[in-house]
Formats: sequence, structure tokens, C-alpha cells
Amino acid sequence: MTGTTSVGGPHLPRYHREDAALRTPVGFPDYRSTALRAPLRTPVDLAHRLTEVTGPVLGEDRVLPHDADLTLRNGGEAVGQRILVHGRVLDSDGRAVPGALVEVWQANAAGRYRHVGDSFPAPLDPHFDGLGRVVTDSLGRYEFMTVKPGAYPWGNHHNAWRPAHIHFSLFGRAFTQRLVTQMYFPDDPLFGQDPIFNAMPAAARHRAISRFSLERTQENWALAFEWDIVLRGSDQTPFETDDDGDVA
Amino acid sequence: MSEPFGNPLLVVPDAPGPHQPRSGRRGSGFLDGPLRLGTTPSATVGPYLAIGMTWPDGAWAAEEGTAGAFWIRGRILDGAGDLVADAMVETWQADPDGGFASPEDPRGAASYPGFRGFARSHTADPPGEFAVHTLKPGRVPDGDGGLQAPHIDVSVFARGILDRVVMRIYFADEAEANAEDAVLRALPEDRRSTLLATPADDGYRLDIHLQGERETVFFAV
Ligand SMILES: [Fe+2]
Repeated sequence: MTGTTSVGGPHLPRYHREDAALRTPVGFPDYRSTALRAPLRTPVDLAHRLTEVTGPVLGEDRVLPHDADLTLRNGGEAVGQRILVHGRVLDSDGRAVPGALVEVWQANAAGRYRHVGDSFPAPLDPHFDGLGRVVTDSLGRYEFMTVKPGAYPWGNHHNAWRPAHIHFSLFGRAFTQRLVTQMYFPDDPLFGQDPIFNAMPAAARHRAISRFSLERTQENWALAFEWDIVLRGSDQTPFETDDDGDVA
Repeated sequence: MSEPFGNPLLVVPDAPGPHQPRSGRRGSGFLDGPLRLGTTPSATVGPYLAIGMTWPDGAWAAEEGTAGAFWIRGRILDGAGDLVADAMVETWQADPDGGFASPEDPRGAASYPGFRGFARSHTADPPGEFAVHTLKPGRVPDGDGGLQAPHIDVSVFARGILDRVVMRIYFADEAEANAEDAVLRALPEDRRSTLLATPADDGYRLDIHLQGERETVFFAV
């Protein structure tokens, strides 16, 4: 496999597909709402042509200055444990993905979403809307300040609780790289009973869990968690980094 | 039910994991096989995707007033035939000249007045229905010396779907081009129509069936 296909002359990348044993399935029986929503037929393989290897350029024009600090809304400070969430967006070839739009949303510190559909009787926070947006820098790095989200109940099964998590939506360079996922926190005791966490194959679950990052904690201000996100690569560049982790 | 999901070993690390992207072999100049970082597993957008994924201008791949622009509308239906009112549809396509507003196009990034190529539509209002305002894409090379029929790549995200599902929208009034399209031709004839948008008052319509007799053809990309 050369990693490229010819399209009337120019060579196109062919994006590597993770082994099925390491990908989240579209449906999972213990997550009950997948029963009527996850398609049942085997998807048809689609070769990567121009539409699949290109993608929209969504950068700073989609982001406002306050979007990187979720703790300041409506002229006041959100309640909760302040945390800095940071990391890199890479592709599976080890290349940084610069200029990538990262959209995040989450519950407040009490586990309540600012959404008409959320009826959990936990307080809303007038100074927290749960929306953040950032663009990765030239080395693929992102960071945002927020409060640690609370766990929240849902109706999937008796006494079901979602582990604390932050939703992430990522655009890489190409349609094939699009990813929506959730970031978890280390050692959450709720992992064992959560079918959304357990739908991820056991061998891939650790990739969704952030790492406590003592080195980025801010003295007298905030804790920090690090989470690197890996999008699909295309065999275009050998994996080779220098000691700073920069792509050589 | 103390262990409803029955997996006592919750987390099995592999190496190098995404938290250690700098570890592993480096500097030797030799690789004895593809060395890859494990990709981050996907997860459902959940019921509150509107908080993070909606844009005021989301539906507008083509700006209001762009000559030739139209609406593509449709419903998303589940396996019981019920409307899915908490989904997100995203579309990506070529401009009418067959160019992409993307530097990843080896022919160069195209620019077409008033056109972004990308749109996203929440299905909350009206419930279960998506709508994107766009232009008919041109034909683009298929890599085998032919041309693809005009098409739009579509991602569907929703509560109850753990990984996005991908389909294509083709146009029923492009019969000649559709008959030459390698992707359509590879599908059983009776399933092609699940991808064909049909002309409507202000553009085109196509319903997306997540399951059932008329389950849409979804693609593995
Ligand atoms: Fe959530």
C-alpha cells in the first residue's frame, strides 16, 4: 500500500482506518437508544477521492476571544473547580494538526447542562454556558480554562450516571478525519456502569481519559488536565519527532 | 446488577498511547513497519449537541442571495419511523466548477463567490428535519479517468449513534451523470434511490433512514 491514489495525475492521501477492534461501534446494546438509531446494515466501503480527502477551513473566524475561557460568562465567574484542559491534536502519523477548530461543550460543576432538554434538578449557573471553542496553534496545541463538569444521571438504566466528561468536536484537514468524542477524567468510579464509556473497546478506552497535569497547574488558581487527541493519518510523512515533540 | 457491562478490566493501555506521543522509536532512521499512534475513539454527541455544535450561519454553505442556490431538506427517521429531532447533519461538497475550498485539494484550493462548501444543520426545528442552503456541485475526477456525478458528502451525528454515519447525496435530475458514477454503479440498483435527492419547490428533498426497509446506504470511509 502506497498511501496514495492517483486522481488524474495528482496523488491523494489515503487515510488509515483504525482496526475495528479499536474503534467505537456505531451501536452498543447496553446503550439503549442505539437500538433504533444505529444503522444495521454493513456500511459500504467508500474509496477516498477528492471529496473525502478535502475539508473545510474553519479557523479563527469561528472563534471569539472569550471562547477559550468558559469560567467567565455574563459578567461573573462560574462556580466549581477551575481546570485548565490542554493537549495536542495529532494525526496517527505523528504529525501535528495546526489551525484545527476544536469545539467543546459540557455540564456545569453540578452536572447540569444549559439546555431545554435537561431536567436534572441540579442548579444552573448564571455564569456558565458550557460552550468553548479554540483553534490549535502551529504545533497542534490547544488549551481552554473551564470548571470540572459534574456527573449527571440519565435514563438509560436504573440509577445510571454519566462519568464526568467534556464533549469534543474536531475538524482536521479532511472529511475523513472528522471526530466527535468525549474526554474523561482519571480514575472515575463511574466508568464501570457507563455503557457509553464501555462501548469503546477495552484496549482503546485509556485514549479517552485525560491525565492530571501537575506541571500545568496554576498556583493559587487552577488544576490542569492534559489530553492529546489523535485523528486518522494518511501515511504521508514518516513518524519522526525531535526531543521537543515537534514534527521533524 | 452490580456489573452490568461485565468487563472488570476497564482500561488496557497500549503503547505508545496518545498521552505519550513522543515515546517510541525515534532517531534511528529505520522503521521496520508502519508506526502509528492509536486514534482517539469516537463517542456519541449526546442529547445536548446543540450547545457546542450549532452556528447561527450553520445552514448556509451558500450565502443568501447566491445565484443558483437552493435548499436541500429532509427528515431523519429511526427504525420505528419516528423523527430524530436531536441529530446534526453536516455537508461537504465541491463548488459548481468542481473545486474544493480546501488546501488539501492537490489541484489547489478553489474559491467561489458566496460559497463555503460546508454546512451543518441541527434537526430540532422543525423536529426531525434538516435544511442546508447550497449550490449544485460540479463533477469532479474519480481517480480512474472518469468523472463522479454531482454529490455531497454527509455526516450524521445523533444521540444513540456512537460514531458518525456517512452517506452521500446525489441528485435525481442528473440521471446521465449518475449512470456513470463509480460509487452509485457499485450499489445494488434498488438501494441507489436512498441517496437520490428529488426536486422540490425550493430545491431538493431527501429523507435519511437510519434503519428499516429503506435504510439509507451508509459508507465506511
Ligand atoms: Fe454529556
